[in-house]
Amino acid sequence: MIAFLIKRLIHALLVMFVISVIAFAIQDNLGDPIQQMVGQSVPESERAALREELGLNDPFAVQYLRFAVNAVQFDFGYSYVFNEPTTDVILRHLPATLELVAASTFLIIALSIPIGVYSAIRPRAWLSRFFMGVSIIGISIPVFLTAIVLIQLFAIGVSWSPFPADTGWGAWLNDLVSTNGGMPAYGRGDPVPVFGTWETNFASLEGLTYLVLPAISLASIMLPLFIRLIRAEMLEVMQSEYVKFARAKGISLRRIYFLHALKNTMLPVITVGGVQIGTLVAYTILTETVFQWPGMGLMFLDAIERSDIPLIVTYLMIVGLIFVITNTLVDLIYGLVNPTVKLTGKPA
Amino acid sequence: MTIKKTLLASAVGAAMTAAAIAPAAQAETTLSMAYDADPVSLDIHEQLSGGILQLSHMTFDPLVRWNQDLEFAPRLATDWEQVDDTTLRMTLREGVEFHSGNAFTADDVVWTVERLKRSPDFKAIFAPIDSVTAVDEHTVEFTTEKPYPLLLNLATYIFPMDSQFYSGEDADGDPKDEIVKNGNSYASRHLSGTGPFEVTERQQGVRVVFERNDDYWDEESPGNVDEIVMTPISENATRVAALLSGDVDFIAPVPPNDLERIRNDDDTQLVTMSGTRIILFHMNQERVEAFQDPRVRQAFAYAINQEGIADRLMKGFATPAAQMSPQGYAGHVDGLEPRYDVERAKELMAEAGYEDGFEITMMAPNNRYVNDAKIAQAVAAMLARINVTVDLKTLPKAQYWGEYDDRVADMMMIGWHADTEDSANLHEYLTACPDADSGAGQYNAGNYCNPELDALVAEANLEVDLEARAEMLQQVEQTLHDEAAFIPLHWQDLAWASAANVNIEPIVNVMNFPYLGDLVVEEE
Repeated sequence: MIAFLIKRLIHALLVMFVISVIAFAIQDNLGDPIQQMVGQSVPESERAALREELGLNDPFAVQYLRFAVNAVQFDFGYSYVFNEPTTDVILRHLPATLELVAASTFLIIALSIPIGVYSAIRPRAWLSRFFMGVSIIGISIPVFLTAIVLIQLFAIGVSWSPFPADTGWGAWLNDLVSTNGGMPAYGRGDPVPVFGTWETNFASLEGLTYLVLPAISLASIMLPLFIRLIRAEMLEVMQSEYVKFARAKGISLRRIYFLHALKNTMLPVITVGGVQIGTLVAYTILTETVFQWPGMGLMFLDAIERSDIPLIVTYLMIVGLIFVITNTLVDLIYGLVNPTVKLTGKPA
Repeated sequence: MTIKKTLLASAVGAAMTAAAIAPAAQAETTLSMAYDADPVSLDIHEQLSGGILQLSHMTFDPLVRWNQDLEFAPRLATDWEQVDDTTLRMTLREGVEFHSGNAFTADDVVWTVERLKRSPDFKAIFAPIDSVTAVDEHTVEFTTEKPYPLLLNLATYIFPMDSQFYSGEDADGDPKDEIVKNGNSYASRHLSGTGPFEVTERQQGVRVVFERNDDYWDEESPGNVDEIVMTPISENATRVAALLSGDVDFIAPVPPNDLERIRNDDDTQLVTMSGTRIILFHMNQERVEAFQDPRVRQAFAYAINQEGIADRLMKGFATPAAQMSPQGYAGHVDGLEPRYDVERAKELMAEAGYEDGFEITMMAPNNRYVNDAKIAQAVAAMLARINVTVDLKTLPKAQYWGEYDDRVADMMMIGWHADTEDSANLHEYLTACPDADSGAGQYNAGNYCNPELDALVAEANLEVDLEARAEMLQQVEQTLHDEAAFIPLHWQDLAWASAANVNIEPIVNVMNFPYLGDLVVEEE
């Protein structure tokens, strides 16, 4: 266990190193940060002075070494746009992103397990077919579009009147196909402060309404995937010898489904899930942009737009760290669910 | 709707007539607005940008400001007179207080101009001012080395800062008045101006909250907004959705694709205006020999259909241009019309000996101006009709400007808005003979050079007789047109949209800094 963790720590440091070198190497292609900092009519001499002051004229190795020496002391530099240490900026934006990811993860877990299991147990039921059909559509619609459609339907509202509105039934049907809107279209509203820079949307009903649409959009990418994954795994487990044997022994179906079968179904799901949490963090960039959700994804896109190199590098490193941590946690959980797995990776 | 009313006010309001309501029970009016970006700093001298100027007009007051007809309106300066060719005396408003409670005096103006002359972004445009002196508590005198006709234009950039508030040292021992581009400074976090609003909360990139300044000097202003919550929403579709869903009351800019949608919505109103930002293409004479021949440049100008681009591509959201100066600028020549005539273009090409055309490279940004990449594609297609093959490349703005500075393509797109709202500025940056030392022609990617015009502009900048000056600048504009020094496309229009009860029409202007202090929100 300890050996495993140490190995993962070295692994993490290696990842950080590689990311930082790559991020540093591409910075010349990210554009000129000076251009974003000054007005258009500012003379070249002022720009040159600023460039020198920021150390942008130094050779690559000098710039990288300066960065690395500071980074080892957890100093990742100042954001050009926010004028504060990049770690402060990211820590301030982190809660919003984590809450969004948590809310979608909750949605994914709460919906994918019952739906997946149901459609594996009753593969021919019309409801199962419906879920499978919808999930195919869900996989193929980009999150951007999902978000915009959700905003149109539930924030702005759609009034549709294909039926004669002057009749009672027509008005009722019109009402049925129209939406009222009223959900918040952007931002986090007024989150409740918890401590430090952490403000939460989970503590008030109003805060939760702000979370609903972004969380559904973000979940929309993973949810169909997980439903199909759980269904496929469950179907396979149901065909296995021990389930057949359990049935023959007369154990109650409920017990077979939810204790014996589901547990074995979850193993591959956890593996995929762990990797996908990282992907979810990456997808927050799109969701946060559409909903103007003030998290790390939105911040990152702004940073790219403004060539805020220190912030870009720090973001990439922190996301890399999140990937390493989630993968480590997944491996640990995997071991708990299936004790035959050896963490050190040596053959059992 | 976010226009909140206090419970008390609605209860009282229901029972009594408006006149009977005690001031304490009056409704609190909150305006929530979404711009595409928030100001980068609270220090108004840190960056010369639209966002900072918008902030300046909310929290400070200029000495004079532009009205909707591009004329000067007095603000903190009530009166001005040209004492002699190089001296301008301004009388300042009395009884004005800063947010901190300090009284506003001539010393604050002197202090502010001196600070502007230290600011990397502003020092160039303030270079003509030689000295500023406080004659008495409410009179200042500006002196210039040479006669300078644009002093009032500069005065629109002088937002007097609270010199007492910004003097001394902050907790870290740094001077409070230092201007820091990359890093923290006292002035980038704290603000004390004379303006209609005070900043009460600021989370960069998330929101800024402004509270009405109760002691605001301008009691004639009809403005009735007590609080403004400003959110940056960079995504066009989201900004529009926020307005349509009623989450915000005022948005800018409005993306052209959504103009119709907002126009057709009964709960919102749209205000558009012909803008002053010119979009144009430079033809690089140093890279392409053919461009040295005025006939070829003219042929290009004849080949391009400005009206078509403005009409179809921009959906009418642009004013076709045949010159740089928009209407209202001193150099604007009334008779100049876009010259679209493909036959004439072909003739000119043949005359110049390029009947079979040639190949050029072209570059344009793809996220800087409205429809920039599409415009470049359209221009490339139009040039194909006179046998010119265009190799077009479009880039995000972060990368584009580096390439622009290096002049890497034969034709490059640029948009320009004159900081001084004056024609001479356009010439100095875009068409003057490039000179690295003086900074003239810094963005002249065409390398067009006509020393006579430069001399004429220099002369115009010493001419205090504004009519004579306008004639000189018009002559410059006419010559540039005749020689087809560049290809003007259009002036980008401006658009703002608001909820139906938010009366934005009287407060918006071509400079795109809405005078929110004067905004009237009607009770619903």
